[in-house]
Amino acid sequence: MADLEELYREIILDHYRNPRNRGELEPPAVRAEGFNPLCGDEIVLSLLVENGTVADVKIAGSGCSISQSSGSLMSAAIKGKTVEQARGLIATFKQMLSLGDDDAIEEGAEPVPVNLRSLGELAALQGVVKFPVRIKCATLSWNTLAQGLDELAAS
Amino acid sequence: MEGVTEFDLAGIRRDFPLLSEQLHGRRIVYLDSGASALPPHQVVTAMATYQETTHANVHRGVYGTAEEATRLYELARKDVGRFLGSRSGADEVVFTKNCTEAFNLIARSWGRANLRSGDAVVLSEMEHHANIVPWQQLQEMLGFEIRWIGITEERMLDLSNLDELLDGAKLLSITATSNVLGTINPIAHLAERAHAAGALIAVDAAQAVPHAPLDVRALDVDFLAFSPHKMYGPTGIGVLWARAELLRAMPPFLGGGGMIKDVRLDGFVPADGPQRFEAGTPPITEAVGLSAAVHYLEALGMEAVHEHERALTTYALDALESEFGTSVALQGPPDGPERAGVLSLTIDGIHAHDVAQILDTYGVCVRPGHHCAKPLMRRLGVNATARASFGIYNGTDDVDILIEALHATIKMFG
Ligand SMILES: Cc1ncc(COP(=O)(O)O)c(C=O)c1O
Repeated sequence: MADLEELYREIILDHYRNPRNRGELEPPAVRAEGFNPLCGDEIVLSLLVENGTVADVKIAGSGCSISQSSGSLMSAAIKGKTVEQARGLIATFKQMLSLGDDDAIEEGAEPVPVNLRSLGELAALQGVVKFPVRIKCATLSWNTLAQGLDELAAS
Repeated sequence: MEGVTEFDLAGIRRDFPLLSEQLHGRRIVYLDSGASALPPHQVVTAMATYQETTHANVHRGVYGTAEEATRLYELARKDVGRFLGSRSGADEVVFTKNCTEAFNLIARSWGRANLRSGDAVVLSEMEHHANIVPWQQLQEMLGFEIRWIGITEERMLDLSNLDELLDGAKLLSITATSNVLGTINPIAHLAERAHAAGALIAVDAAQAVPHAPLDVRALDVDFLAFSPHKMYGPTGIGVLWARAELLRAMPPFLGGGGMIKDVRLDGFVPADGPQRFEAGTPPITEAVGLSAAVHYLEALGMEAVHEHERALTTYALDALESEFGTSVALQGPPDGPERAGVLSLTIDGIHAHDVAQILDTYGVCVRPGHHCAKPLMRRLGVNATARASFGIYNGTDDVDILIEALHATIKMFG
């Protein structure tokens, strides 16, 4: 059951039980909603960006330990970061879950190793890789963040 | 548990090869028959034999194997008809892709021909999406009213305002057994009330047909649909049973080959009987498998199946209560004759998805999620449950492992 312990690391259980940055923000914060129809996981992300920096972020919604801890970990990771850094984190996080853009890797080229250190606590979610169905839970908040950032860029 | 021992559980289990497979190094405890029941080797073999010795298209060829394929396909209609107590399977059993398509057929064929704005269709809050969305789609086209039978705190249908809901309604379309709550609804009574109000009744029997004797004439219903893959048959085939006189008056649903009597440049004449609703090459191999599943259940006897699962459900409800008290909540009615072997569990502070994940490491297969019944989940105020559902091959040993695994789950998250 080593895999299961990999999945439910203490950090994940902690963020699930005590989610960080819980709640919602009023406008002008942008709001983005993510939904995982498979299991009913729901993430409501409020994002306040000032001068190209994530000034505040709140997470609401409900769902499984993986989707909710991922949202909590993400909120802690992106707060105070620039939009560019946040986008970089999305890419690195997805890469960790082997969701990199495969087509972008040229044939024969060495895949770029994921810089796990740059992910900090987020690396705790790496155990999800062994549970393919749960990857959607782990990426839900990140896809919602990407959606929020796109909305911001468009407005 | 006399019913269970008489039932030769060990013998039944030997018929299901998948049950001797291992899951994470453990005996597989399959508690997801509500989603799809395992097929016994008799079903698998019947389909393989058909494909190896007979395979041909139906209703066309004149060579021997093609005639045999047609005979077997039409025989499946009769087998299903007999199993359901139909007057004539040949005239009343339509093969679809699944239960969902059967409801789409009722809506698009009967519904479209018979409903208009100002009419009403009555559904219940415990319906599967299969018996909700087709009506909502049709509502968008025709603009009739959809009325909802609510549910009580006991998780049964709230029939207190049924007369009001049925007043002026053209159809009551309702599940026989809830796939989330395990509530068994009083279909014969509902049929009587619907008919008295001048409405027809359509029944979603997906969770009913595999678990207890069912007789469409005794129930006096008008339409009844189910999915053979939930009754130990194959996927890819569904059943719509309808009274012959209703089918005769209904326009075709899907068009193409097989469903016509004649086609000219300026139009077509549809076929008579169930074939009118079976456009294109039908699921022939699957119909052969369905026949085998019917024979398998007939040999066991549906009364015995029902008794076995009833006793097992009582055992499970008692065990869960005495082991966990209120920390594991069951979404469904208390034990009794209206309670099927569907156990929707919620545990405070632990999401159903996590419960199912940990159960999996114990070899226990349950289903987390909303079970395609989102209006019901909203009504219950939960966004997911972990659902264990019983089949003929489950025994008290399965419940015991479920309980062991639930203890481990609570320990891990506690
Ligand atoms: C009550 C009920 N109705 C309808 C269905 C739909 O069955 P299918 O997906 O095979 O069409 C199901 C199965 O999930 C069900 O449980």
